[in-house]
Amino acid sequence: MQSSNLTKARRLLMGNEAIAWGAIAAGVRVVASYPGTPSTEVTETILRHAKDYQIYAEWSVNEKVALETAIAASWSGARAMTCMKQVGLNVASDPLMTLAYLGVKGGLVLVVADDPGPHSSQTEQDTRLFARFAKLPVFDPATPAEALALTQAAFELSETLQVPVILRPTTRVCHVCQDVAFTPPARPTEPRPATYFEKDPKWVILPALSAKKHRWLNAQQEAMRQWVNERQFNRLITAEPGQGAATPLEGNHDAPLAIITGGVSLNYIRETLALLGLSLPVYHVSAPVPLDVAPILAYLQGKQALLVVEEQEPVIEEQIIVALQRAGNPLPVYGKHSGDLPREGEFSLDLLLPRLQQRLQAAGLLASPDQAGIAVESVTSAALPPLPLRTPILCAGCGHRSVFYAFSRATRSKKSVFTGDIGCYTLGAMPPLNATDTCLCMGAAPAMAAGFSHVEPDRPHVAFLGDSTFFHSGIPPLINAVYNRAKMTLVILDNRTTAMTGHQPHPGLGITAMAEPTFLPDIEQIVRACGVQWVRTVDAYDLAATMAAAKEAIAHDGVSVVIARRECVAIVRRLGTYRIDQEACRLCGICLKKYGCPAIVADDSAEATDTNPPVRIVPEKCFGCGTCAQACPFGAIVREEI
Amino acid sequence: MSETKNILLVGVGGQGTILASKILAHVALGQGWDVKMSEIHGMAQRGGSVVTQVRIGTKVYSPIIEPGEADVLVAFEQLEAYRWIHTLRPDGTVIINDQKIAPLPVVAGAATYPETILDDIRAKVATAIVVPALSLATEAGNSKATNVVLMGVLASVMPDVPAESWQEALEANVPVRFLEVNRKAFAAGFACER
Repeated sequence: MQSSNLTKARRLLMGNEAIAWGAIAAGVRVVASYPGTPSTEVTETILRHAKDYQIYAEWSVNEKVALETAIAASWSGARAMTCMKQVGLNVASDPLMTLAYLGVKGGLVLVVADDPGPHSSQTEQDTRLFARFAKLPVFDPATPAEALALTQAAFELSETLQVPVILRPTTRVCHVCQDVAFTPPARPTEPRPATYFEKDPKWVILPALSAKKHRWLNAQQEAMRQWVNERQFNRLITAEPGQGAATPLEGNHDAPLAIITGGVSLNYIRETLALLGLSLPVYHVSAPVPLDVAPILAYLQGKQALLVVEEQEPVIEEQIIVALQRAGNPLPVYGKHSGDLPREGEFSLDLLLPRLQQRLQAAGLLASPDQAGIAVESVTSAALPPLPLRTPILCAGCGHRSVFYAFSRATRSKKSVFTGDIGCYTLGAMPPLNATDTCLCMGAAPAMAAGFSHVEPDRPHVAFLGDSTFFHSGIPPLINAVYNRAKMTLVILDNRTTAMTGHQPHPGLGITAMAEPTFLPDIEQIVRACGVQWVRTVDAYDLAATMAAAKEAIAHDGVSVVIARRECVAIVRRLGTYRIDQEACRLCGICLKKYGCPAIVADDSAEATDTNPPVRIVPEKCFGCGTCAQACPFGAIVREEI
Repeated sequence: MSETKNILLVGVGGQGTILASKILAHVALGQGWDVKMSEIHGMAQRGGSVVTQVRIGTKVYSPIIEPGEADVLVAFEQLEAYRWIHTLRPDGTVIINDQKIAPLPVVAGAATYPETILDDIRAKVATAIVVPALSLATEAGNSKATNVVLMGVLASVMPDVPAESWQEALEANVPVRFLEVNRKAFAAGFACER
């Protein structure tokens, strides 16, 4: 194999790192985000380099606040960025829709990461549709290298046309690492020039201005298309976008079947065509909204069929169907509406190969299904027995486990309903805890517990959410519950971090994302200020105290709050280890089958019995929290003295 | 290397598959190859099944390895080897750390850990290399270097990559204070009996 040209520095960049470097290269000055998989590493990368490049970056309390922070920076004239996952844009949609009318001054880019699959999200929503709804341009990178280039272009487009621009990578861009020809930009040596917010009625939305700006936004659509067209972001593929020397694709340009791809689908289609030994051109769309259909219609002249390959919703396909209809062109279009491709999940070679083969055969481009001899042969797993699943679980020593256990013990006999929320503690829904009955979205737990209490007042309703989620969207529903005389208990699982997304700081920690000390609010005081009369803070590792608090809290007539505190085990040192006292153990199975700590396992070395198996504690896994020892009714779990 | 090489790393959250894949990708980059590496994060550190896909070659488009397309499957745990064995080509190589980590359904007695994994895999696969990576890492000085032991084994089945490339990749990805232990772990994996 020939080594490729190494004259330009080649670095392995994760898609999210590439987006961060694109923003830095574009001179971004303010970045405000809320973490969410798969978007989080964009802001984390910015934070690592913020001081070097004179960038102000923050973790905001939620996505709405993050976008509004970025808008202020933009209206002052600074380039600004906000990053979130796709469901985060639901939270930020209120400012976004009006921002589309009012426009920007400094370039403003929203990075909204989609998660087809989904791998770690509650929906598979397609942010390109959100862009259509808001009438804003969206860029859809296929690779980390293209994400680097498109991020820089997004700032330029935003500032030129005074509209915010959405960059929509998917998981297979965000979390894919690729070799990219890239050198970090030089660090500024002088302080950057100050920005200045110019007072002007154009920044104050009033109905009269709305009507005017709506017409302006509609008129901008043509300018957006024109801008994209000049830069050929939508193009017949001749080389890897963002890569070095162009290697013209010797394609069969006269093929009767046209193929149009969007986003990461390009990679799968090129791989599939290579596998089939076909050299067909592919028209790739990196800027799907608003789609510039004129060059596409020109390309489709003389074609007999079109296959549109895009994950999730038929955003490109529908715009082309409308354009063809208006042009009186009866070209058949295959994609989502024809049933060729699914709207759900990710694409893959396995999914695309048979579908592409079928259309290629119909077009006379492929002789038979096995033309390239690619019937996939694999080491079969058909003979395997069903394998035990290995789903994520709460860590050994996690304070959420003991709190869920305590509340279940204290209230389940009363048919209590546990409303859950988004965070590590969603894992409380898994066996053996089974301690989460509902999960909807960020901040839903308190509102839903209150809502349930109005229709089912005789059952205890207990809401669980984490500290970061409390600051994100847990405070308004708590005020609402008090105001509307709900009878419910809110448990704030305060583990002193945003654990699920990788331990970002939040307002409850006294430190900013830029590692500066800041005011540390007291959650108990906030709760009291919301009007809650019954509040108690407990140590999440104290099972008896948590159970006592649980009983009192659900007996309280009104809204009660239990704050269960213990640092996430990932951010503090281990406390030691515990062991089973085999003499005292009665094999009741509570620790193994009810408590469900991953450090407690059946002892394989012991002889099989008819009862529960003997158990042991794996010393390397045990955190030393000692909550299992409190759960054991026979005092058979003891601290290992070192 | 004449065509794309597909290497799948599978294991349990917390076993260091991502660091291992970074070392591998660094090696490939040093050879001037195209690299695409795909990971799924999210709950990875919470004990779930994790997979990292690495594709290297002259021109790599897709970041995903399809069933039956992996040239090498590196399994950090026995059950995970079983779970992902369908991704291997019939003529592919599987490297298995003989460690067993019981998933929760097994711990809770709702399922059993399959007992015949290694024999079944040996019967199906052209080349199965089973190594005691955890004990080799512990002997080298740190049980957490199990991932680097497995990279040593992988290096031994990729003879066209020069040894210094792996050493450079270790230096670039491992903190200095752990470098010596990791060098030992890598050497133990490279030289271990099959």
